[in-house]
Amino acid sequence: MFGIVYMTMFENMQTGFQDFCDRFVLNFIEDNRYMYLVRGLITTLIVTFFAVLIGALLGFIIAIIRSTYSKTGKLRILNFLCNIYITVIRGTPVVVQLLIIYFVIFGSVNINKIFVAVLAFGLNSGAYVAEIVRSGIMAVDEGQFEAGRSLGFNYAQTMRLIILPQAIKNILPALGNEFIVLLKETSVSGFIALEDLTKAGDIIRGRTYDAFMPLIAVALIYLVLVIIFTKLVNRLERRLRNSDH
Amino acid sequence: MTTDAEVIIKVENLHKAYNKVYALNGINEEIRKGEVVVIVGPSGSGKSTFLRSLNLLEVPTDGKIFFEGVDITDKATDINKHRQRMGMVFQHFNLFPHMTVLKNLMIAPMKLQGRSEEEAKKKALELLDRVGLAHRADAYPSQLSGGQKQRIAIVRSLAMDPDVMLFDEPTSALDPEMVGEVLDIMKELGREGMTMVVVTHEMGFAKEVADRVIFIDQGVVQEQNSPAEFFANPQNQRLKEFLSKVL
Repeated sequence: MFGIVYMTMFENMQTGFQDFCDRFVLNFIEDNRYMYLVRGLITTLIVTFFAVLIGALLGFIIAIIRSTYSKTGKLRILNFLCNIYITVIRGTPVVVQLLIIYFVIFGSVNINKIFVAVLAFGLNSGAYVAEIVRSGIMAVDEGQFEAGRSLGFNYAQTMRLIILPQAIKNILPALGNEFIVLLKETSVSGFIALEDLTKAGDIIRGRTYDAFMPLIAVALIYLVLVIIFTKLVNRLERRLRNSDH
Repeated sequence: MTTDAEVIIKVENLHKAYNKVYALNGINEEIRKGEVVVIVGPSGSGKSTFLRSLNLLEVPTDGKIFFEGVDITDKATDINKHRQRMGMVFQHFNLFPHMTVLKNLMIAPMKLQGRSEEEAKKKALELLDRVGLAHRADAYPSQLSGGQKQRIAIVRSLAMDPDVMLFDEPTSALDPEMVGEVLDIMKELGREGMTMVVVTHEMGFAKEVADRVIFIDQGVVQEQNSPAEFFANPQNQRLKEFLSKVL
């Protein structure tokens, strides 16, 4: 009696496993469909990498402008422009920004979609990074600033040598988080028909009429990327933390 | 005494207002080379504001400050150059927490005076040795006691070879048992001829080391005198009240 139950379970498992293998072959091996995922992953990584660069660069510049304004009252006009930028970027969805850049701003020219995505996500991320960095700068004790200035450092030197190193250490977790968000946000690149990782999974789904396999695969790849990235950020954090026990 | 020595800091009609509330109401003062001037006064009297104006951490609302003959309140003056010759020590030390003690002492000479790393390190170690902290060269500020931090902060300023040292309540944030070690270094500096302007509540220090004691209240100099006269024979009514509370 128990033997029969056991046998059926085993057979079920066996057919289940067989079924899994068949679907795996259908979705990824046949017609080299895994190449969609590989190309999509590369696209996602390229877009994320350059968007992070733009976002970080833009974010730091804006943060320095804004905190300079609140500390010294200088750079009033630049500060005003930065405020507008942050308000607009944070006040509208990233998909809408992506669509506007692709179909409105570059609507009449034939332009590389990767470039558009990098630009859109970079510009978007910049606004968030700016606020993170600014909070880090403002959180550094005013006495640090005075100590730097009283030694004879000018404003820029004080910022670079004394304030920013401390600010970066404090904001690293938030910054890491922002870049994880950015990586996942690039999954809306499909809106401009850019074949990123998410779009790749969706293309396979369209070919094989199997949603489970490609979408779970895509999810797993994002998850692994985020885990790797988190580990890297944690390691960097630990290294920086060594300096204040 | 140094009454004939050259004037190193000259303050003319100094006013400072925060949102139309005046913290300094016209101060005229001269600090001479080698002089140790102690400034006392009740809290909110403007004494710290006065001290912080001397290196323009507070920008005066009105009046002029001459440092070594140069009007540093003039917008055209490069204040950074002059600040390199004015050391400042703060109540809360303000050491750079992301650098070792040694780096705290080396960064300004290297970046501002163009000294080589070896040169800066040699000088830093000498200074640390002088305040008995050479063995803490590789420690980070967070690993030090308050008294050690303040001693480091003093030599960080000295590493720039300043012509004058400004002390803004250097012992007020210290545990009582650590006040002595910081005052000892300041006394030694004074005896060696460093020009010092010290805002403090340590009347003992004023009596022992000061060439001149200044009483500031309500944003003006109410009275000043040699320490002996200042404490034994105060004239100003407010100073009498103040001394009766602190002595």
